[in-house]
Amino acid sequence: MGLKLDGFEGQGTFGKGVHPSDQKGFSSDVPIEVIPSPAKVVLPLSQHIGAPCESIVKAKQEVILGEVVGKNTAFVSAPIHAPINGKVLKPVKVTLPSGRHVSAIPIKAEGDQADGKALLDDILGGDWPKDCAENYEPKAISEAINNAGIVGLGGAAFPTHVKIMPNEERPIDALLINGCECEPYLTPDDRLMIEFPGSIISGALLAGCAVGAKEIVIGIEANKPKAVEIMKKAADGTKIKIAVLKTKYPQGSEKHLIKAVMNRKVPPGGLPIDVAAAVSNVGTAAAIAGAVLRGKPLTHRIVCVTGSGINTPKNLFVPMGISYQELIDFCGGLKEDAARIISGGPMMGFAFTDLNAPVTKGTSGVTVLTRDDVKKADETACVRCGRCVDVCPLYLVPSKLAIGSRYKNPSVLERYHITTCLECGCCAYTCPASLPIVQLVRAGKALIMAQSKK
Amino acid sequence: MSEKQDTDIKEKETVKAPALQAAVSPHLSNTSFTTRRMMIDVLIALVPVVGMAVYIFQWYAVKQLLICLVSCLAAEAIFIKMRGKAFTLTDCSAAITGIILGLSLPGPAPWYIGFIASFVAIGIGKVIYGGLGMNIFNPAMVGRAFVMIAFAGSMAASGYLDAQSTVDAITQATPLDLFKQAGTTTPLMALFVGTTNGSLGEISAIACLVGGLFLCLRRTASWEIPAGVLVAVAVLGGISDLVTPDSKWTVIHHIFGGALLFGAFYIATDPVTSPLAPIGKFIFGLGTGAIIMLLRIFSGYPEGVMFAVLFMNALTPLINHWTIPKPFGAVKEEAEA
Repeated sequence: MGLKLDGFEGQGTFGKGVHPSDQKGFSSDVPIEVIPSPAKVVLPLSQHIGAPCESIVKAKQEVILGEVVGKNTAFVSAPIHAPINGKVLKPVKVTLPSGRHVSAIPIKAEGDQADGKALLDDILGGDWPKDCAENYEPKAISEAINNAGIVGLGGAAFPTHVKIMPNEERPIDALLINGCECEPYLTPDDRLMIEFPGSIISGALLAGCAVGAKEIVIGIEANKPKAVEIMKKAADGTKIKIAVLKTKYPQGSEKHLIKAVMNRKVPPGGLPIDVAAAVSNVGTAAAIAGAVLRGKPLTHRIVCVTGSGINTPKNLFVPMGISYQELIDFCGGLKEDAARIISGGPMMGFAFTDLNAPVTKGTSGVTVLTRDDVKKADETACVRCGRCVDVCPLYLVPSKLAIGSRYKNPSVLERYHITTCLECGCCAYTCPASLPIVQLVRAGKALIMAQSKK
Repeated sequence: MSEKQDTDIKEKETVKAPALQAAVSPHLSNTSFTTRRMMIDVLIALVPVVGMAVYIFQWYAVKQLLICLVSCLAAEAIFIKMRGKAFTLTDCSAAITGIILGLSLPGPAPWYIGFIASFVAIGIGKVIYGGLGMNIFNPAMVGRAFVMIAFAGSMAASGYLDAQSTVDAITQATPLDLFKQAGTTTPLMALFVGTTNGSLGEISAIACLVGGLFLCLRRTASWEIPAGVLVAVAVLGGISDLVTPDSKWTVIHHIFGGALLFGAFYIATDPVTSPLAPIGKFIFGLGTGAIIMLLRIFSGYPEGVMFAVLFMNALTPLINHWTIPKPFGAVKEEAEA
């Protein structure tokens, strides 16, 4: 195949990986819809990787849309803003789908709310300039990102200003905007590219300016031809290039995107900056544009509610802190044979059962799978077939990690580089013996952590 | 809060809400390829080999295969029960061991050979290590090695012969033995099609190739292993041809004759007892092929597949240790995708 992108050595793909059926059809053609403003939101103070926020509001205090309610306390952190107008209630503890218990600020809606198409247009719609970058200082862009509380919207929720900031000692060759969306089922990035390409282009240019990137590339998997066409048109006249990448999981992993576009390999434990690259999601780029050009903090995001277990799959524009139950109800509820509700996609998302949990900045979608979807063969003994080795995109030996973890042998885990594992799930997806390899790897990592603390 | 949740849950149950599960990612799996499916692949791949064995050896083959199959299944059932483990016959692995063991025996061997070999294969070769996936040595070859040493007469060259037999093949010596003892070369065509004497499964090169290629295409067997065996045999056989140009037993005879193809495709490819990483698999194949050639050319035995596989099984943990792949992006990377 080959990417043949001017000035880049990437082949448009990476070694190994798997090809699960992409299942995007449930929601890929459904336009983004704004969910009616909820009666209440619950804002966890830790919606990102890094230090949790500190609440700066008191119970009964009135807040308006966009007002800061949680202040960032460290460099790697991001402030949290009220997504509705209303009154703050007493702080509570919530359990996120990932299983983390965090404190949260509930806000009860009061008064008029921005709603419907007007809200969507205000944040993402309208015209976006293509010549915006020259008018801003790199530092000002980074500051605006920080103040707007933007984190990586692809799912990892890493505070964006930490990545998108000027760094004279370590120049960036290329800023890669990640529109791969390699998780099966998920469609919010695809819809964003189709409906609001201008915001992504402006955001990419601003982010590129902030990091001083020589080149900007938007990477999109080949299974989204419509998004590719629209993004190409939108990027016309700018320095942004569109890279069409092979549809393969996990193409949207930061390391594999860099490999596919630039043919560079981020070392284990390293960051994209180690190979002079920066990576940001398309949704994050759009949020950057909103923050810098329109002064909009990150209060809403696009999520898809999809899968064969939901009655009417949709792409929704929702405020942070709305409950998963409300999303599901708005999409016609669960089908009778729904078996698993997943925050995120089916390969790396978290299955959870408490639907009162709030949507956070890192929620990219809700995938509802049926009993048939999640059916798998009974676990058998590992026959050392090596299929997991054949698919591991990080070139590890997953079966050894599983065995090392099962028998609590840290020296095996270290010898086989357990900390390099990104838990993408290719091995467990492929394993003919249906071993819970990812679960074992997580247990193994915990074992290593516990040992290093001793 | 928790009280409210409790009532919520109760309410949901009364309206027959779907039972939700919590589970670790990934939530999808490739259900078209399972351990059981791998085992069934092997059984399918054995069809041409078994068919050829029955065609040539007739009653001898049927009897030997049935003895080994039934004994292996019985041994598995008994030993697993003794260990207090769950019933495992449905995974088909004992059946495969039985058929491969039967195919590796001479047709005229008395009934107790297959019977004893089966119990040794399953008991000492597999269950004692902890069952499927835990054994170090190929179970069928452990069983065969045991009877080969314990009943040397029945398993040696003469054990293949029965001059009184009505089956033609049984009345002649095996091709490798004919050459070793008398210097007589069997025609290539006979080796290729399989109209010779030998262990039941090894006689027909074409049957082994057909089944073996099916296994490799299904990725049930790793192609790296037979490739390694064939490369090693071709190179060493080629050198031997150059050193002794007047020998009638050429490298082609080495490949089509004896248990080489049967061993390369069906025995050496046992995933449990071969290395994990592709490069390790190839090294394993090379080693197996090289030892086969050493034994064939320099040892007193006409054939060396069994000992070569067992020896390389023993080296497998070491090969795994040597061939730990370098993780993505690690410095000093050798293997590039």
